[in-house]
Amino acid sequence: MKRRWTRRRITEDLMKAWMLSSFVIVAGCLGLILWTVVSRGLPALTWEMVSQTPKGGFYMGKEGGVLNAIIGSLYLASGGTFLALLISLPIALYLKTYLGKSNWGHYVRLSLDVLWGIPSIVYGAFGFILMLALGLRASLLAGIVVLGLIELPIMVRAMDEVIRRMPADLEHAALALGSTRLEVALNVVSRQMLPGIITAVLLAFGRGIGDAASVLFTAGYTDRIPTSLMQPTASLPLAVFFQLSTPYPAVQQRGYASAVILTIIVLLISLGSRWISARLNKYTIK
Amino acid sequence: MEAHIQVRNLNAYYGKTQALKNINIEIPRRQITVIMGPSGCGKTTLLKTFNRFLELNDGASVTGEVLVDEQDIYAKDVDVTEVRKRVGLLAQRPAPLPMSIYENVAYGLHIHQMRKGKLEYKEAVKHYLEVAGLWDEVKKRLHEPATGLSIGQQQRLCLARGLAIEPEIILGDEPTSALDPISSQHIEKKLLELKSQYTTVVVTHTLRQAKRLADYAIFMYLGEVVEAGPAHAIFTNPQQERTRAYLEGLF
Ligand SMILES: Nc1ncnc2c1ncn2[C@@H]1O[C@H](COP(=O)(O)OP(=O)(O)O)[C@@H](O)[C@H]1O
Ligand SMILES: [Mg+2]
Repeated sequence: MKRRWTRRRITEDLMKAWMLSSFVIVAGCLGLILWTVVSRGLPALTWEMVSQTPKGGFYMGKEGGVLNAIIGSLYLASGGTFLALLISLPIALYLKTYLGKSNWGHYVRLSLDVLWGIPSIVYGAFGFILMLALGLRASLLAGIVVLGLIELPIMVRAMDEVIRRMPADLEHAALALGSTRLEVALNVVSRQMLPGIITAVLLAFGRGIGDAASVLFTAGYTDRIPTSLMQPTASLPLAVFFQLSTPYPAVQQRGYASAVILTIIVLLISLGSRWISARLNKYTIK
Repeated sequence: MEAHIQVRNLNAYYGKTQALKNINIEIPRRQITVIMGPSGCGKTTLLKTFNRFLELNDGASVTGEVLVDEQDIYAKDVDVTEVRKRVGLLAQRPAPLPMSIYENVAYGLHIHQMRKGKLEYKEAVKHYLEVAGLWDEVKKRLHEPATGLSIGQQQRLCLARGLAIEPEIILGDEPTSALDPISSQHIEKKLLELKSQYTTVVVTHTLRQAKRLADYAIFMYLGEVVEAGPAHAIFTNPQQERTRAYLEGLF
C-alpha cells in the first residue's frame, strides 16, 4: 500500500500546485496593491484631508481636503444603489415568478450579462449623449442615474441567483399552515432571501462607488459639496485620478491618501454587510 | 363508521394527463386511514386534494367534490387558508421554516392570532413540543435555528408546528421515508397516540408500516381506488385480485 507516483497522483499534485499558485498570486497582488496605496498615502492622510473641502491652490499643494469627494461619492453610490434596487427587485421577482425557465427568461438573463460586461466609460458616454439631448448639465442626478444603470445588471443577476435558490418546500410548508401568499412572502421568503439580497446590494454599491469613468462625464467635478440634485459633484475615484496626474509629489501623495479613504469605505461597507448577513443568515435554510 | 372526509367523483389532472380517476371514498373520523399502492399510482395527488395543495402545481386541475364535515372545500366561497388551517400536513421531507425552533411552532399561532401575550405563546409552544415528544430535547435551545436539529427531530418539530394550529385532520405523505428507523418509530408512535383526537390520513409505501398504523385502508392502482375498507378486512381478506397481488408483494 505504498504511495507511488502513478498518473492519477501526479495529476492531482499538479492540480493542487496550480490552485495554490493561483491563490498565492491573487493574495500577493492584493497585498501589493494595499501596501503601495497605504505606504504612499498614509503620510498624507490627515484629519484635514477627510474633514475639509479643497481650498484655493489645493491641487498645487496648499490647504484643504477631499471631503467634497467623500460626500460626493457617498451620495452618488447610495443614490445609484437605491435607484438600482428599486428596479432590480421587481425584475428579479418577475424573472422568477413569470419567466422562470422560459426562452424569455433566458434572453433577459443573457442581455443582463451583456450589460454587465459593458465598460463603464460606455455608460458614461451614453449618459453624456442623453444629457446633451435633454439639455442637462453634469449633475449629481445624472451621475446617480448612470451609476444606477451600471449597478442594475449586477444587482439583478445576484438577486436572481438568490431567488432561484429559494426552496419550494419552504413556501409549501408555510402555505400548509394556512398562510396567505403575502404572509409567505413577508415572513418566510424575505427571511430566507434577505442575507442574499443584502449581498447583492453591496456588491453593486462596491462597483458604483469605485467607478470613475461613468461619473466623469455625468457628475462632473467640483470643490463644493452639492446641495441639490442638479449641481455637479466630486467623487473619490476622480479625486484620486486628478491628484495623481498632477506633477507635484505632495499632491500625488494626497491622491494615494484619497485611494486609502475609498478603500476604507469599501472595506467598512463590506465588513458591515458581512456582519449583517451573518446575523440574518443564522436561521436560513441551506 | 362516521365519515369525516367524503370524496365524490374526484378527478385530478396534471395538464392533460389524468392522475386520479373518479375517486369515491370516505375517510373515517378519528382513525388512521392508510393509503397504499405502488409508486406513481396517485397517492400524493389524492392527499394533496385534501388540503387544496394540488392547485400549487401549475396546470393541475380538479373536478368533483371533497367534503370535509359535509362542506365542499372546492366550493367557490371557500377560504383556502381556512381549509389548510383545519388540515395539517406532514411532508415527506421535514421543511422547517427559516426561524428558531420556538418561532417555528409559534408561527401558525401567530398568523391565525390564536393566542394573546407572550406567556400564552410560551405555554402553547411548550405544550405542542411536548405532544410531539420533542420538548425535553429542545427546551434549552428554543431560540436556536431549527435547522440545527437532526432530520428526525425536524419532523417532530413539523408535527408540533402543524398541531399548534389545532387542525382536525392530519395528513402525512410518507412522513417517515426520509427518517432513520428510530425516528420513524417515534413518528409512528405519535400518530398512534394522537389518533383518538385527529382524523389521520397517511400515505405509505411500506406494507409493514401500513399494517402497524391502519384502522382503515385504501389501495390505489393507476389513479384509481381499487379497494377501501377496514384495515383488518383488507389485509386478511382482500376482495380484489390486484389488492391481493400487492399484499403478497407481487409488485
Ligand atoms: N407535477 C406533476 N406534473 C405532472 N405529472 C405529475 C406531477 N406529479 C405527479 N404526476 C404524475 O401523476 C401520477 C401520480 O403521481 P403521485 O400522486 O405523485 O404518485 P405517488 O405519490 O403514488 O407515487 C404519476 O403518474 C406522476 O407521474
Ligand atoms: Mg408520492
